[in-house]
Amino acid sequence: MSFEQDIAPERYEEQHVHEVYEQIASHFSSTRYKPWPIVESFLQSLSPGSVGLDVGCGNGKYLTVSQDVFIIGSDRSSNLVKIAAKHEPHSAVVADMLTLPHQVGRFDFAISIAVVHHLSTPERRREAIKAILDCLKDGGKALIYVWALEQKSSRRGWDEGHEQDVMVPWVMKTGKKNPNEDGSTEKTFQRYYHLYRSGELEGDIVGVGGQVVDSGYEKDNWWAICQRHIKS
Amino acid sequence: MKLLTLNFLTCAVKACKSSSDSFPLHPKECELVSDTIPPNPQLIQNVLPRLDWRALSTTASELGFPTLPENAPTLEELQKDEKMMAELHTLLLETSVSEGMLVCGNCGHEYRIKEGIANFLLPNHLV
Repeated sequence: MSFEQDIAPERYEEQHVHEVYEQIASHFSSTRYKPWPIVESFLQSLSPGSVGLDVGCGNGKYLTVSQDVFIIGSDRSSNLVKIAAKHEPHSAVVADMLTLPHQVGRFDFAISIAVVHHLSTPERRREAIKAILDCLKDGGKALIYVWALEQKSSRRGWDEGHEQDVMVPWVMKTGKKNPNEDGSTEKTFQRYYHLYRSGELEGDIVGVGGQVVDSGYEKDNWWAICQRHIKS
Repeated sequence: MKLLTLNFLTCAVKACKSSSDSFPLHPKECELVSDTIPPNPQLIQNVLPRLDWRALSTTASELGFPTLPENAPTLEELQKDEKMMAELHTLLLETSVSEGMLVCGNCGHEYRIKEGIANFLLPNHLV
């Protein structure tokens, strides 16, 4: 379920996700540099020469983890892709995760970190997971991270029973040169998130025919490593 | 955008993925730039088995490079042949498209490359 059900989800996400990231890109990027440990160890565990995708790569902070593999990052925000494209030897393109410009079954791995939760209907979240899985070879693995509903100890304080579809503010200093009309120097952007409850990510993966290899909870997020279903 | 990347990109239109005409995408009116990147023979050797050599040959000849050998070198051949390694390094990692278009051979859609970045967002009627 999403807010404002009367508008198409594509349009809703454009307003409440894509346009926001496009505007906050450089400020957002300056706060996103430390790789999360599970993502880092996933990327470091890959055999050298592996070719993979970072779907929703943002500023490309995971493109700096390993120089032994080749990653093509993609993101909706061209301002973020401009930053991501600087990380050699990797690459970055502007693309939508539901219409990825990649062949089926070609890639050794994929990561999608804190992205799928920006899609505003259950169907689109599953479609996104399927789009990621479709790119994998047999035996290829994807690591997916989404924000958790259960995060009582975080500064947001959400927990079981809370509404799962939320708007989350991003506060950006505009600087004194570009104050708001009322003279204030902060601008607040609202981003849409679907907060995943325990088991929901695994359910979405299995729901589109994938297999969960491993999964867990780390710092307010649910994560899962998954692969395409191997036909026996 | 590096030529190595082009070997892993196809048309974003779902209906095109099952067509062999959609891969590789065809460069159109492309400007190339040459970057100097430190040699990374390990990466090239390891990525080699994942390359679609036929697609790479097509891309190289469409961009005006000399014809590649019909088959990809084996690992042993590549390790012995410094010239081949240097050529592949130049072709795959140092050569990139700065401006131009990538055209799908199936649906004809043209994807813009601007300042080295390709844009695969589709207009509404193609989603």
